[in-house]
Amino acid sequence: MTFLKTMILICAGLSLAACTNPDRFGDDAAGLYGANGANGAGMAGSASDPTSPAYFQQTVGDRILFVIDTYNLTPDAQRTLDGQAQWLLTNRDYNAVVEGHADEQGTREYNLALGARRANSVQEYLLTQGVPASRLRTVSYGKERPIEICSSEACYAQNRRAVTVISASPNS
Amino acid sequence: MMARFTALLALLLTTLTALPAAAQTGPLRLEITEGVIEPLPFAVPAFVGTGSGGQAAQDISNLISADLSGTGLFREIPASAHISRITSFSSPVQFADWKAVNAQALVTGAVDVDASGRLTVQFRVWDVFAGQELGSGQQFVGTQDGWRRIAHKIADQVYSRITGEGGYFDSRVVYVSETGPKDQRAKRLAIMDYDGANTTFLTDSSSLVLAPRFSPTGDRILYTSYESGFPKIYVLDVANVSRRQLPTQEATMSFAPRFSPNGQTVVYSLEAGGNTDIYTMNIGSGSSQRMTSAPSIETAPSFSPDGAQIVFESDRSGSNQLYVMSSGGGEARRISNGDGNYGTPVWSPRGDLIAFTKQSKSRFHIGVMRTDGSEERLLTASFLDEGPTWAPNGRVIMFTRETQGEQGQAGLYSVDITGRNLRRVSTAGGASDPSWSPLQ
Repeated sequence: MTFLKTMILICAGLSLAACTNPDRFGDDAAGLYGANGANGAGMAGSASDPTSPAYFQQTVGDRILFVIDTYNLTPDAQRTLDGQAQWLLTNRDYNAVVEGHADEQGTREYNLALGARRANSVQEYLLTQGVPASRLRTVSYGKERPIEICSSEACYAQNRRAVTVISASPNS
Repeated sequence: MMARFTALLALLLTTLTALPAAAQTGPLRLEITEGVIEPLPFAVPAFVGTGSGGQAAQDISNLISADLSGTGLFREIPASAHISRITSFSSPVQFADWKAVNAQALVTGAVDVDASGRLTVQFRVWDVFAGQELGSGQQFVGTQDGWRRIAHKIADQVYSRITGEGGYFDSRVVYVSETGPKDQRAKRLAIMDYDGANTTFLTDSSSLVLAPRFSPTGDRILYTSYESGFPKIYVLDVANVSRRQLPTQEATMSFAPRFSPNGQTVVYSLEAGGNTDIYTMNIGSGSSQRMTSAPSIETAPSFSPDGAQIVFESDRSGSNQLYVMSSGGGEARRISNGDGNYGTPVWSPRGDLIAFTKQSKSRFHIGVMRTDGSEERLLTASFLDEGPTWAPNGRVIMFTRETQGEQGQAGLYSVDITGRNLRRVSTAGGASDPSWSPLQ
């Protein structure tokens, strides 16, 4: 799996926090880099460098949120995704995995399917903005990887998310 | 673990032919009905130990009592109340002494461990008030470390002679063992006896694993793993703990697998382009067939025990509801009709009921309904109950209950299909997604 190998190589090269804690969630390859994603670690590079993944994560914004039990993109989300598309079109050495997540209200199976719908909504939007399909993948974590752990709407709202996780392109 | 398994598979079950053929079934009978049941009082005085079988005799009789009491259908008369002591397996039973303490059923037995370590257990079940044996005496032979299985087998015999239904004690449960806080949870597959004993881990926690499901004979387990970075279905051979990924077609993820009753087909969900549908796969050839093609979510499929139908959940109506379709394909008919969302339907091994998860007004329930959706009955209620699995006899359901809040943790519970006898199943640490094996 070329995609996976590339991600691991880049991971080693940048010595990302997630990589120095490989046992945190194991090596779920799709999530190695997500600051707000499945594996929740920091991002390499300086946030002041507009070509860095850290800039993408912190300044562009790597995640969008969803209304309960929906997967359509709010105007806020679309603005964030416009920025993500712009960044990806400018920084062609990077690919992205879009992670879809759900809050804990719902069964495991349904939330997996719902997370997939959310990730796909983001992928479709980025495609319409001109990001090539070859640079995008999706993965759903359902309710398995919350970033906030309380059982109230304040946390649920943060967990109903799609996170665009940057990785180096195999061609870079 | 597997050496133990092999030894146990050689376990013998023989009828004690030297005894008078008093196989006439007495009037002792517990009819399990929907009404409130007064638990049937029973006694299992310590089995008589010979050779070096003293400890095993005590352990086996205690476990038989625990199995029976745990059903909620039987009530143990404790040893402290017994008048008679059983000192010889072959001596006549003093029925008057057991009547006096109101033990309606009596189980007597003898345990021998010989010089080679071979364990031999004999037992009889007595209808105290009729003054006669219920069924006929039997003998089990096995290895010493297999004593729990023998005790469970005897308890199954007692249960089924008294109720006329199959038991469920000699069975196993595969589940997801959980450790760590909610936002850093590690998961791995574990297998244990139905009562929580003999836990063994089948995977490490390096990859997220979800929802294991036993094959109809208990020899294989289907589950979903993120081992490749993306959710994919794997099949694990229980005997040698080897696993392989199922050759589902190229797509984003495959999940929610279950075996058909003959063990040759897997029904599962496949997601591509954000849309989740149901497929079946011939596990031998690896070829798949698409069963649904709607833009809605179709997932959590489960076969009927005759293999002719598949029940699944779909949000095609705007909320999650349960549908039944022919396993040959074609139109599905909706069977759930109440308020709220229905998910994870599982057909009972008897074929008469479908268990499900229901989400309604911020509460979760485990419930059962007839296969046409009628007579819906909610058995539990909590912050988060989900994922029912059936005991081999279709009388008891095990499920996941997760507690609320930052310290929230998942555990396994069981409840009988009348909603009585809700019990926590003992596991080491957090546990979710149970799947009950058939009787071994």
